[in-house]
Amino acid sequence: MALLELRDLEVAFRTREGIVRAVNDVSLSLDRGRTLGLVGESGSGKTVTALTILGLTRSEQTEIAGEVLLDGVDLVTLPESELRDLRGRRVGMVFQDPLSSLHPMYRIGWQIAEAVRAHERVSKKAARARAVELIRGVGIPSPEARVDAYPHELSGGMRQRVMIAMALALDPDVLIADEPTSALDVTVQAQILELLARLQSETGMALLVVSHDLGVIAEHADEVVVMYAGRVVEQGTRDEVIGAAIHPYTLGLLESIPHVDGPRMAQLTPIPGSPPSAVDLPPGCAFHPRCTYARPSCAELVPALLRVGPDHRVACPVLAPTSPLTPDKPRR
Amino acid sequence: MRRLAWSALLIVLVIFLTFLVFYELPSADPAQLRAGRLATPALVAEIREKFGLDRPFYEQFWIYMKSVVTEFDLGYSYYKNVPVREEIFARLPASISVAVGAFVLWLAIALPVGILTALRPRSRTDRAVTGMTLFFLSAPTYWLGLVMLFLFARDIGRFPLVGGAGTYVPLSENPKAWFESLILPWIVLAFGFAGLYARMIGENLREVMALDYVRTARAKGLSERRVVVRHGLRAALTPVVTLAALDLGFLLGGTILVETVFNIPGVGRYAVEAIQNADLPAIQGTVLFGAIFIIFAVLVADILYAVLDPRVRY
Repeated sequence: MALLELRDLEVAFRTREGIVRAVNDVSLSLDRGRTLGLVGESGSGKTVTALTILGLTRSEQTEIAGEVLLDGVDLVTLPESELRDLRGRRVGMVFQDPLSSLHPMYRIGWQIAEAVRAHERVSKKAARARAVELIRGVGIPSPEARVDAYPHELSGGMRQRVMIAMALALDPDVLIADEPTSALDVTVQAQILELLARLQSETGMALLVVSHDLGVIAEHADEVVVMYAGRVVEQGTRDEVIGAAIHPYTLGLLESIPHVDGPRMAQLTPIPGSPPSAVDLPPGCAFHPRCTYARPSCAELVPALLRVGPDHRVACPVLAPTSPLTPDKPRR
Repeated sequence: MRRLAWSALLIVLVIFLTFLVFYELPSADPAQLRAGRLATPALVAEIREKFGLDRPFYEQFWIYMKSVVTEFDLGYSYYKNVPVREEIFARLPASISVAVGAFVLWLAIALPVGILTALRPRSRTDRAVTGMTLFFLSAPTYWLGLVMLFLFARDIGRFPLVGGAGTYVPLSENPKAWFESLILPWIVLAFGFAGLYARMIGENLREVMALDYVRTARAKGLSERRVVVRHGLRAALTPVVTLAALDLGFLLGGTILVETVFNIPGVGRYAVEAIQNADLPAIQGTVLFGAIFIIFAVLVADILYAVLDPRVRY
């Protein structure tokens, strides 16, 4: 049994413009010590997927179906009070913009200590001492002094380190990092990704990295899931998805990554068109209006995920090898 | 420090303006007013000389300014021939009672109602608060005050529950009577503010609850109560606190309408009497007094904001 498993996850929001089906039929699994990269453009449903794992999208306007299994326990149907106990303790989260994700009016040490005290009965002093150690653990110099700093007094990279320290305060089994480097400078991005990799090797936690940057994912993930317009279009191991991509959207993403070692004036090939609106998705394969391989049939049926390798699945009947063309399961 | 200097300068400016207005536009000759009805020209001239009214403008201002700053001497009332300062100080407890009581009441209403509307947007409470706010804000104070008196005052009310107009007793004399005499003025003053503040608190909190750091607080596994109070309210109330300090300062300077309708012997009613009697020093004194309260409140609000929000530095 996988540590974290999503089965046919669906998330829909009722809005004034109609129902937005943000996530459809997303299935993936993640084990201890492994890293899964969830890639897609903004609006592809990747962040909603990540937030839904901890029930952070729950509201009166949200409909969630499918299963999110943590050690076999379904979090979708779990009562709020029990889910709250898992948040931070078994699953930690790091968000995109550390400046807006940290409370501007509390000292960082206090915010980290609060995470500890939410789950453990420890004295304020002990929690603060833990905060100092956690700040030291994420590589912030002079932690005894920084523990009393306010978020705005730190640099972006330091803030994200604080977020990571806070997410890891209770030694969770899973760390979900939603665009952990997107708000940071390029040089700092690499440091944060290195830090995450080091912490993962130390703790053996599972890491779910959500990013729009396939380059980030390609470098760090063991498994890759590519999402487009709320659906998985391709998933598999890194070698399968990055090394032998099949779906035209994945191919497009790969072509738009700049290579430092490539020819200086190498052309980046952008994907033509723009992502569709979530309330008004194209019929059939949502990617077909932007796809150079599209056929008339692409506009009719939502393509099923076809199994094309041991773990490799792709939702494109046009480019998938004709045999062994075995539909994984029927799709709605 | 710079803020403090600005406040001092502002007070001097207000002193100058009040002085200027009443120097340049007296409705009658001050000396004549002071002398009374049966004034002989000799008496008027004597008064003119005694009070320095024959001296040049800047000299008069200097005398006034000096006495205000050094001993807070606001001059003698033309009408009663007593120091304006004593008159104002004697009426201050009543004005403070009205202002502070209303302040406590309006925050006690606004805080829970605001939180409720934020957590349940577009609910019945939310709509009711909007309606009540509009009603109490649009209803003129004197009308609302009279309605209250006709409804609940012991002397003329349909449901005689509490003391009516003119029943004010100082707190030190009889706390129960003090409370009963002020409950209606408090309600009249507080309800409009309460609705306004409830909406403001509600809107601020609703905005804050959608922010990233509230999501972070939830992701930490905090209870929803703690998320709302420690993370949401902490940020949503900061601007409200500073505004409340301003409004309180404004009320402390005297609430003219409410004090008049309920016949409360406060600074506001003193100002009205002073105007009716063309009692220039008393008008000057009450205006200056109110202005000082407001300037002080602005200063307190600024300091509070800096204390509450670590990002703000002066």
